Amino acid sequence: MTYRATPDQDELRAMVRTLAEEQIAPRAAEIDAKAEFPWDLKELLAKQDLLGTSFPARFGGTELDNVSQAILVEEVARVDATTSLIPIVQKLGSLPIHIAGSAEQQARYFPRLASGEWLAAFGLTEAGAGSDVAAIRMRARRDGDGYVLSGSKRFITHGSIANLVTVFASTDPDAGRRGLSGFIVEADTPGFSAPRVEHKMGIRGSPTAELAFDDVRVPLANRLGEEGEGFAIAMATLDRSRLAIAAQAVGIAQGATDYALRYASERRQFGGRLADLQGIQFMLADMASSTEAARQLTYAAAAAVDANAPDLAYWTSSAKLIAGDTAMRVTTDAVQVLGGYGYVTEYPVERMMRDAKITQLYEGTQQIQRLIVARQLLRRAGVARP
Amino acid sequence: MRIVVCLKQVPATTSEKRYTADLRLDRAASEAVINPLDEYAIEQALRLQEAGSVDSVGFLSMGPEPATEALRRALAMGGDDATLVTDPALGGADTWATARVLATALDKLAPDVSLMGMASDDARGSLVPGAVAALRGLPLLSYGSELRIEGTAARVRRLTATGFDIIEAPLPVVASVTDQVGEPRYASLKGIMAAKRKPMETWSLADIGLAADDLHGAALTRVIEARKPEAKAPTERVENVSADEAVTRIADWLAARKLI
Repeated sequence: MTYRATPDQDELRAMVRTLAEEQIAPRAAEIDAKAEFPWDLKELLAKQDLLGTSFPARFGGTELDNVSQAILVEEVARVDATTSLIPIVQKLGSLPIHIAGSAEQQARYFPRLASGEWLAAFGLTEAGAGSDVAAIRMRARRDGDGYVLSGSKRFITHGSIANLVTVFASTDPDAGRRGLSGFIVEADTPGFSAPRVEHKMGIRGSPTAELAFDDVRVPLANRLGEEGEGFAIAMATLDRSRLAIAAQAVGIAQGATDYALRYASERRQFGGRLADLQGIQFMLADMASSTEAARQLTYAAAAAVDANAPDLAYWTSSAKLIAGDTAMRVTTDAVQVLGGYGYVTEYPVERMMRDAKITQLYEGTQQIQRLIVARQLLRRAGVARP
Repeated sequence: MRIVVCLKQVPATTSEKRYTADLRLDRAASEAVINPLDEYAIEQALRLQEAGSVDSVGFLSMGPEPATEALRRALAMGGDDATLVTDPALGGADTWATARVLATALDKLAPDVSLMGMASDDARGSLVPGAVAALRGLPLLSYGSELRIEGTAARVRRLTATGFDIIEAPLPVVASVTDQVGEPRYASLKGIMAAKRKPMETWSLADIGLAADDLHGAALTRVIEARKPEAKAPTERVENVSADEAVTRIADWLAARKLI
C-alpha cells in the first residue's frame, strides 16, 4: 500500500508552502524569541480558509480528507512548529464536538470555529493527571439545569487564548474514568480564567496555560454526550488528533533536513563543499529517508482515520511514535551538520531541535503510544486482557 | 462593466532560463508561474470588482496548453472566467504576433477595460499593451499605479519623477499597471476549490478568425543569440562567514570605494 498525493493534495501543498515560506518563515525566529502568539498569522491562516479544513462545508469549512490536513500541518511545521499548532489545536479542541456533540452544538459553534473567528482548546490534562487520565480531580456537580465546574487544568495548549475549551471533569468521583464527562466551556463564562502560562523549551509562541475553574456554571446544553462518556470521548479525540502531531513532527524533520542540505551545499571546509564529504552525505541520507518513512506512515494513518478503521489508534499511535522520534533525531543531526552554527540562534535548526522535543511528549508520551500499539497488537492476536 | 486581464505564464524568476536549440525559451525546463507583474493587474481588477466598480473579471492568455494552469491560478485568486488562445502556429510568437493575437481575442471578448501588467518577467519588452491598443484603435492608459473607473471613463494615476500624472480616457480602453497597485493576494483554499468550477475556454487561431499566414510564421523578428551578460569587473564574493563578519566585510568594501 503506497500513498500517492492526488493533484488536489499537490496543489494544497504548493499553496501552503508558498504561504509558509513567504509569510510564516520570516516570523519564526521572532515568535520563538519573544514567546508571543502570532495573531497576525492566525488571521492569515483564517483568511486563507486554513483553519476550517476539518469542518463540514455546511458550517463554512472545507472538509478536507485527513491526508490533506496532514499536508497542511506538515508544510506549516516545516517552517514554524508554533504556527502549525494553530490549525492543529483548532481541530483538537473541536474534535470532541465532532465526535460527541449534538447537531445543535455543532451548528452553534462550528461556523465560528471553521472561519477562525474563534479558537478552540482541549482541556484534559491536570497537574496530577497527565498520562493517568483516570486521576482527573476536576469536578462537575449537577445543579438545576446545568453543572458547576470546579478545579484546574494544566498544560492546555492555547488555553489562555481560546474562545472555547472542551473540558473533561468528573461527574461521579467514585466511578474513576467511567465517571468522567465532557463539557463545552466558553472562555467568557464567569469563574473561568487562565492564571498562568508556562515558560517552555520549544513551541514558545504557543501559549500553554493553566486553567482555573472557580464554580463555572455550564448549561446542560453544553454537556458533550451523556454523563460518564467523557473518557471515551477524550480517547477517541486523541486517537485521531495525534495524527496531526505526527504530521507536525514530519514537517519539523523536513524543515531541518532541507536546511541542513542547503547549508552543506554552500558551506566550504577542507577545500570543498561540506556536502562532498561522505560523512555528511550519510547523515543527510539518513535524515531524508527516515523523514520520508515517517511521512508515509503518517499518510497511512491518515487514510486509516479517513476510513474510520477500527484499529485507527494502532496507526495514529505508530505514526506519532515514529514521526516524533524521527523529528528529534533528524533535528539533532541537523544541528550536528551545521556544527557550531547549528547551536546558535542565528540559524533555525536549534529552534527546530527544541520544538521537536514536544512531539515526543504531548498528546500522549512516546511510552503511552507504545502501550496503545501493544494493546492493539495483543487484541489482534486474541490475547488482550479482558 | 467588465475587465479582462491579460496574463502570461513565464518561468519562475528564481529559476535559470534555458533555451532550446532554436533559441526559444525552454518552458519545460523550469517551474512555470503567472508573470509576477501580471499579478498586480489581477489584483487591481479584483479590487475594482470588490469595490463594486466592475461586475465581472475575465482572464486571457496566449500560450501553450500548460498555460491553463496559470489561468486556473488566476481564477483561484478571484474573477469569473478565463480564455486561453493556443495554437501550434503560435510557437515562437514574438511581441508583434502576441499583440496581434491578444488584440483579436480582446476584440471578440469586448471588455470595457483590457488590463495588463507593465511587462513580462521573461522578455521585458513592455510593448504588448501599447501594441494591443494601437491594433485595436483604443486609448492606452499605461503604467498606472492605480486604475479607477469614473462613470464612462477609466483613469490611471501614473507615478512620475516629479509627482503623479492623472490620465483619463473614455471606455473602452487598454490599460497597464505597475507594482504600485498593492500586493497581489494569495489564493485562499476556497478560492482554489471554486476555481475548478469556473468556466475556461480554449480558442484556436481559427476561433478568433486568424489564419497562420496572418502572423507571418508567428514572428516578424528573429532571435539570433542568447547569452549571459559578461561580468564587467572582477567580482568578489563573501561566502561561508557569519552574518556579522559578512556585514563588516561588505561595509568595508563599500567604504573603501567611498560608496558609504
